[in-house]
Amino acid sequence: MKDRQQVLSRTKTLKIDGHDVSGREDETILDVARENGIFIPTLCQLDGLSAHGGCRLCLVEVKGSSKLLPACVTHVAEGMEVVTNSERLIEYRRMIMELIFSEGNHVCAVCVVNGHCELQSLAQRIGMTHVTVPYLYPRRVVDASHERYALDRNRCILCTRCVRVCDEIEGAHTWDVSGRGIEARIVTDLNQPWGQSETCTSCGKCVNVCPTGALFEKGKAVAEMSKKRAFLPYLTLMREKRSK
Amino acid sequence: MIGDELIKIAQAEQAEKAQYPHHIHVCTGTPCLASRSDMVKQALEQELEQSGKARLCRVKGVGCKGLCAAGPLVSVEPDGILYQGVTPDDASVIVASLDSTPVKRLQCSLEMPFFKRQVKIVLENSGAIDPESIEDYIAADGYQALFHVLTMMTPAEVISQITKSGLRGRGGAGYPTGLKWSTVAKSHGERKFVICNADEGDPGAFMDRSVLESDPHRVIEGMAIAAYAIGASQGYLYVRAEYPLAVDRLKTAIRQAKKLGLLGENICGTPFSFNVDIRLGAGAFVCGEETALIASIEGKIGQPRPRPPYPAEHGLWGFPTLVNNVETFANVAPIIRKGAEWFSSIGNEKSKGTKVFSLAGRVVNNGLIEVPMGITLREIVFEIGAGIPDGRQFKAVQTGGPSGGCVPAQYLDMPVDYESLLEIGTYMGSGGMIVVDDTSSMVDVARYFMEFSMTESCGKCVPCRVGTAQMYNLLDSIAAGTATLEDLALLERLCDVVKHASLCGLGQGAPNPVISTLRYFRDEYLARIRQQEVV
Amino acid sequence: MSKVRLATVWLDGCSGCHMSFLDMDERLVELAEQVEVVYSPLVDPKRFPESVDVTLVEGAVSSVEDMEKIRHIRARTKILIALGDCAVTANVPAMRNPYSVDDVMRRAYNENATLQPQTPNQVVPALLAKARPVHTVVKVDVYVPGCPPSADTIYYVLTELLQGRTPDLTDKSRFGA
Repeated sequence: MKDRQQVLSRTKTLKIDGHDVSGREDETILDVARENGIFIPTLCQLDGLSAHGGCRLCLVEVKGSSKLLPACVTHVAEGMEVVTNSERLIEYRRMIMELIFSEGNHVCAVCVVNGHCELQSLAQRIGMTHVTVPYLYPRRVVDASHERYALDRNRCILCTRCVRVCDEIEGAHTWDVSGRGIEARIVTDLNQPWGQSETCTSCGKCVNVCPTGALFEKGKAVAEMSKKRAFLPYLTLMREKRSK
Repeated sequence: MIGDELIKIAQAEQAEKAQYPHHIHVCTGTPCLASRSDMVKQALEQELEQSGKARLCRVKGVGCKGLCAAGPLVSVEPDGILYQGVTPDDASVIVASLDSTPVKRLQCSLEMPFFKRQVKIVLENSGAIDPESIEDYIAADGYQALFHVLTMMTPAEVISQITKSGLRGRGGAGYPTGLKWSTVAKSHGERKFVICNADEGDPGAFMDRSVLESDPHRVIEGMAIAAYAIGASQGYLYVRAEYPLAVDRLKTAIRQAKKLGLLGENICGTPFSFNVDIRLGAGAFVCGEETALIASIEGKIGQPRPRPPYPAEHGLWGFPTLVNNVETFANVAPIIRKGAEWFSSIGNEKSKGTKVFSLAGRVVNNGLIEVPMGITLREIVFEIGAGIPDGRQFKAVQTGGPSGGCVPAQYLDMPVDYESLLEIGTYMGSGGMIVVDDTSSMVDVARYFMEFSMTESCGKCVPCRVGTAQMYNLLDSIAAGTATLEDLALLERLCDVVKHASLCGLGQGAPNPVISTLRYFRDEYLARIRQQEVV
Repeated sequence: MSKVRLATVWLDGCSGCHMSFLDMDERLVELAEQVEVVYSPLVDPKRFPESVDVTLVEGAVSSVEDMEKIRHIRARTKILIALGDCAVTANVPAMRNPYSVDDVMRRAYNENATLQPQTPNQVVPALLAKARPVHTVVKVDVYVPGCPPSADTIYYVLTELLQGRTPDLTDKSRFGA
């Protein structure tokens, strides 16, 4: 009886956009929304990596909270009422996407992942047909010193998936973020050229988790590259099993 | 250390003092030191030596006396004479005056509202005791509260006292301190931590620095009481490296407290053990945000993370952690000593006690003040601050630094408390108060703070990282007279998104100076908008 | 019923959007029943007419000449459509924007020239400091991203407009395409 109560207490029922849904208490609003086919946009989040909470695209309204909450890190709770598609959220998402586009030099037409890019397809999905904020046109350095891969910081959105996969999955921690604010950028080791990195194992995980064309395989031309991410849930699952 | 010993130390210190009929106190806070109060102190000591009065008068370096603009400040006790703008050359006249009339030329009236209107709790020892002497602190009732708590009170009783006192966080948001303590106390964890946030970074704010420089033991005592209340045995003082004097004095204080057994194992002969270590912040404003501060102590990049979970449950290295700011901790010992009722009798309905402000900008008396909550801004600016210099007109007060807003003239008679300030679109903040007169443009004020937020944004979340840069560019073009009405509309849209979508307080607060100056001084923006629209 | 007066213009772009326009193939014949192309690189008239119902703009605003043209066109057009990424985002022409015009000219006409390196100062219109999306210069009514937007997308936009509706491009086309 006690066990049963515990199990019961671990399952929560809640409402997302008016739909009755249920989730385990260790699941996030995003997990449960996805299980139920409810779309919440994300860019920094990736299953298998720790949560980052930086892109702010998954913000949702939760009844009783005056603040918007990121669905990727907010756990479900009993009786929670979540709204994912209010006019306000749609406006914020669009503005955040515009800010991302304005911050870098995202020229989809000449990108190796044109047609396979999460940023590009998300812009399309939310109906962002143009950018109303001024483009900043930063001058960013490209690092093509690695034998097999290259980094085009012009296309980097600082989601830190590369930093996290390198640290958490590969265990190399080659990548990190240097500088702050609008000057922040990803670097390898202590800001050495990638090709000279002593910690990089050339595993390519960073390249494959990168949502845009910032990290890519050399030798690919426009629209020729798509990212392969199947390894990530697989690796995570295998490790969980082994640690049990 | 037991109670008797504390009393003995206090008595010895009193007896030592009683040997001298005169005491000269020289302010050794950073502003006075910057105008060479150390030379003044040296000159006074030499003069006493040479004039053979060394046995009649003792010279002591003390903490901040508040009226920083008039430094170096020197006082003669027990006569209560305050001298301003003292130079080493003045040493001879001051020493000569000890048994006769005060030096009129240097005298600063203690009857002026700057001193009369203040109520000192946090700063009660500032400018009176030697911050480098634990004995002096003990003689001023120091560590009595800790001793009392450890020997006479249960942790629950301590928390209840703090709750009853109505003390709220002095770092800015005004979260009830007792509630925070009780949450951490109730959280499960093998270990717990107490962190003092001394990463004061608002432009124009120097309250915490002054408290740490003037009365470091008070903060340590407050932390120790908190640690006992929540069940922690380790504390960290996170101080910004730009405060070297505060760091030095804290180091001295910690060493002294350890030596007397007021920190370390089995404090006051009880099972309670508590240690404090200093961690230096490397100059990132965002590390004043508690999750970024914790990340920094952990040795990680100083970036905030989404809350919840709050540090109270999941803080330093994943353990329950209490984070309070310097001024909050500085209020703890007096509340224990004098009682919750005494504390809650000061202030107004929802904001109890006093608040320390650093009064800066276009006001006659620049300096550090402590006033009861609920005092009006008019009293602060025109009585304590003695108004606007050079016959200029008051325009606004900027409170809360880069996350705050401005208070225009029509609200001068509003009480200064957490709720009232929020109501008019600003907030208490940690206590920076910058007075703006009619020679300054509010667009420039907003642009200044936006530049600050832009350069201090950590870059983790998109709205703050890109939004502050975009807002700064827009403000810059408005200030330059090249912006259009559409740009102004875009600025307002950005304010909305950055305020509500940013990850932490830095981004959420960054638009506030713009929103509030637009609310009260929209005309100044419109006057700078380019008249001709682009075709 | 008189025909809808359509114009197309080509600013700083590669003409790919015009190629895509032509890719409507036999649908062009169908459109021609309702639409008269009054000005375009694809037809003869050399002067932009005084009154145009719809103008498709390809390309970014990159030079002084582009700037004059687009203002002239906007004043004479009812519905102005930014066609393709260069018009919508400045796209490839904007890749010079992180650099100064001087640097760009030196690179193109001096450092990369194998014969008679010299920066042109006649005939070629002066570059603006930045290549700009059309909407940062004049008001744009409809945005059609894509590099180029597909013939289907252009057909969709035009037929929607002909039926008096504002085309909704959500999910229809994307940057890069």
